Amino acid sequence: MAKDLDGKTQGIGASSKRREDARFLMGRGKYTDDINVVGQTHCHFLRSDIAHGRIVTLDVEAARAAPGVVGVFTAADLEGVGGVPCGWQVTDRHGAPMKEPKHPILAEGKVRHVGDPVVAIIAETPEQARDAAELIALDIEELPAVIDMATAAQGPAVHDEAPDNLCFDWLFVAENAEAVDRAIAEAAHVTKLELVNNRVVANPMEPRAAIGEYDLSRDEYTLTTTSQNPHVIRLLMGAFVLSIPEHKLRVVAPDVGGGFGSKIYHYAEEAFVTWASARVGRPVKWTASRSEAFLSDAQGRDHVTTIELALDAENNFTAIRCHTLANLGAYLSTFAPCVPTWLHGTLLAGNYKTPLITTNVKAVFTNTVPVDAYRGAGRPEATYQLERVIDKAARERGVDPAALRRQNFIQPDQFPYQTPVAVQYDTGDYDATLTKALDLADAAGFAARRAESAARGKLRGFGIASYIEACGIAPSSLVGALGARAGLYEAATVRVNPTGSVSVFTGSHSHGQGHETTFAQVVAEMLGLDEGAVDIVHGDTARVPFGMGTYGSRSLAVGGSAIVKSVDKIVAKAKKIAAHLMEASEADIVFDNGQFTVAGTDRAVAWGDVCLAAYVPHKYPIESLEPGLEETSFYDPANFTYPAGAYVAEVEVDPETGVIQVLGFTAADDFGSVVNPMIVEGQVHGGLAQGLGQALMETATYNADGQLQAASYMDYAMPRAGDLPMFTVDHSCVTPCTHNPLGVKGCGEAGAIGSPPALVNAVIDALHGGGYPVAHIDMPLTPQAVWQAIQAVRPAAAAAE
Amino acid sequence: MELTGERMIAAERAAVWAALNDADVLASCIPGCEQMAWVGDNALEAQVTQKVGPVKAKFKGAVSLQDVVVEESYRLVGEGKGGAAGFAKGGAAVKLTDAEGGTLLSYTAEAKVGGKLAQLGSRLIDGFARKMADEFFDRFKSAVEGPQAADDTAENGAEAPADAPATVAAPQTPSPETATAEPETPEPATAASEASDDGGEQKKGWFGRLLG
Repeated sequence: MAKDLDGKTQGIGASSKRREDARFLMGRGKYTDDINVVGQTHCHFLRSDIAHGRIVTLDVEAARAAPGVVGVFTAADLEGVGGVPCGWQVTDRHGAPMKEPKHPILAEGKVRHVGDPVVAIIAETPEQARDAAELIALDIEELPAVIDMATAAQGPAVHDEAPDNLCFDWLFVAENAEAVDRAIAEAAHVTKLELVNNRVVANPMEPRAAIGEYDLSRDEYTLTTTSQNPHVIRLLMGAFVLSIPEHKLRVVAPDVGGGFGSKIYHYAEEAFVTWASARVGRPVKWTASRSEAFLSDAQGRDHVTTIELALDAENNFTAIRCHTLANLGAYLSTFAPCVPTWLHGTLLAGNYKTPLITTNVKAVFTNTVPVDAYRGAGRPEATYQLERVIDKAARERGVDPAALRRQNFIQPDQFPYQTPVAVQYDTGDYDATLTKALDLADAAGFAARRAESAARGKLRGFGIASYIEACGIAPSSLVGALGARAGLYEAATVRVNPTGSVSVFTGSHSHGQGHETTFAQVVAEMLGLDEGAVDIVHGDTARVPFGMGTYGSRSLAVGGSAIVKSVDKIVAKAKKIAAHLMEASEADIVFDNGQFTVAGTDRAVAWGDVCLAAYVPHKYPIESLEPGLEETSFYDPANFTYPAGAYVAEVEVDPETGVIQVLGFTAADDFGSVVNPMIVEGQVHGGLAQGLGQALMETATYNADGQLQAASYMDYAMPRAGDLPMFTVDHSCVTPCTHNPLGVKGCGEAGAIGSPPALVNAVIDALHGGGYPVAHIDMPLTPQAVWQAIQAVRPAAAAAE
Repeated sequence: MELTGERMIAAERAAVWAALNDADVLASCIPGCEQMAWVGDNALEAQVTQKVGPVKAKFKGAVSLQDVVVEESYRLVGEGKGGAAGFAKGGAAVKLTDAEGGTLLSYTAEAKVGGKLAQLGSRLIDGFARKMADEFFDRFKSAVEGPQAADDTAENGAEAPADAPATVAAPQTPSPETATAEPETPEPATAASEASDDGGEQKKGWFGRLLG
């Protein structure tokens, strides 16, 4: 159970129950598909079922004449409509910008992945739209599909702009490359590991949906969509795709049932329904089927990496060198280029003081669904390779993996710590979380537990992983220098109503994170109000100030900080009003627990009196102060935040079947200050389930023809409750963030970042403990993969006996 | 996946070859085939209803005969579009050799699927392809050999989940007793040679004629 700090029942530190759960649990949430607009039509996309090919025949006449059809559109009808833009530009190691081929709304002459939309059919009912699609004559001349990154350069070009299918070849930190090579050549020991970070499907519970509406009388568009960042969609779609000025375009993201990154991006379907609503003169609605989600939601990970870790004779890390092939899929999704680069390369220092690091990333186009950020985004890939190679090094050097980590940790007195990979960690204590995790996981008792398992013929393993992530994304000037085509501040308006209740309009977007509860706790604490007096409004560009949305564990650290800034301004103004009401000097006013008092006296006015005075300014300093009590702030962070921690997995492997049982999983996280411990615990649980899902069973497999084979829940294995142990989650190790007002770091992604390496390390430990010297198994660690790894070393194991 | 197999058929090689070129015979042998007609020298059009795992679809497709060596071998190549269900492609290289008591038919077949079929049925496709190939050649064997073998085919057909409602396929074959007792049943060889004589659309296999 999450413990409330100081036994609080509300405000910062209290485990207030999530107010949004009442509607979610009763089925009263209002998601995009729940919204039906008068006169709406339904859109169906005819998608390519071939991975790569040229469109030879496309005849839609019969579909146009089908019952109920309102309109049928192909790329030819979309003249003047832009492609789906990319929000980040990466510069090649040779100084050239990345290859940025057009991502059309509907396929233009060529299809590039199974699921690529070719025709949009709008009809009175979804069934009529689907039936009409059957009448479309679409012939595609099949080209060989580019699937395997290693041989992509030899394949046919997915885009003519990138003849060798290379989007960019990135080297970071280029200036260190020679020194790294030298350090590795001179090292006492080099541990090398080749590994795959498997591709996963995001699988939010709610599939994507969109409704486009055009109001002729006002010449105004409204898009209701499943987005994590409605303002970003408005900006990208309005400016780059449809040329609709922002004052004529409203984007609403109502209740959104999970995103995990996949709903950050601007997608072709939402642009199409917006555009088409004006063309057909009626609202146009589209809701993805689960099958479409598998073929059109941006997927995650998919890196193939070789990492080398150099150690000196005393086992100090001296250098790291990585080579990664990163799969981008068929088109550049909104933030795809930054995931394998700036969200990945900058985290390769991990929790360690390795002085020299370089990574080379080759980003490859393939005939697969586009890949973009998925819970953690780049940081899980960095953490996985680092924590796996360190574990391997410990084994090769015959040292305790925890001791090897401790020896190389950045020490508490070294903060702020400038890493060799561009970022500066503000604060942390990595030893503290590792010690905490080992204690909670009863590391001391493991030998006895292993012996007990061995007595039953089972192999027990204990695996640890430390992680650090850069969250609270991000200082705009920094990301601008790194290629971002947007700022990454956050905005908040705090509106105090005349009777003292508060409406907060935040640019953050909640799609499962519990902002409506957490943000209200912060405001209630600052104003001494009951949480019930604070309402959080988000997800509508017509209501909230220009915000950048929710991803990268940024909502509380950046969005919350913007709210704090606005509340600070409110309090400052309210003090002036209170001073006037009490005929005292502003400097003497003390605001505490909802009361304004004159210091050293018993004179006081309550919060409500001040609010009323602000809106009924009868007795009011009207010459020097405007009426009203409403403030807007934009907060641009000074640095990333750096949540860090240590995870421990304990597993039991059946050597006869390869089946893994996860017996225990412990997470000790330093998230800085915590607002709602229960919500933090829930966020970690969710992240762990996704991370362990990736490690144990999830994988998006394409065959050589580019057909996604794991494209339904019959074949794509999602973790279920029975696959996971009860997690032990701790966040008592706290080094508050030094540069935001709440001291918070972000907790949304940690679980998915730190858990895969801990799990794999535990399984490898189990196999070694059982006499099977398996160096590595690529995720997912299915029983088959584990069993095959055991078989591969069985002769060696037998010989050793 | 490549599938290989062979069938010993109690008929002359010429008769077997003729049947291999008879649209009606082929239609009756392709499980779920609802119609099939010649549209060119070596090209047929077909409509097949099939179910792969959870996906049931009506495929409209083209079948062509390639690498034809008369009375010896050809490749039967088919591609069907199943609309929302995706597509299926398949091919079978068929070879005939004389053998004691008839003709040995050997084949190598392969199948590929795309779209929803691949999404939902890829796990099942190898087993499905094997079943389809087995059923096709079993039916073909009995079609050529005549009603004596209808017995086996009926059993096989009954096991198949996807019946072919509009075809003359095995499940609708008259009961074995009736069939064997039927004196008008033409000799398979005769029917086959007839079929091979005219390649027009009017030709009717003996099974088709039997059922009107």
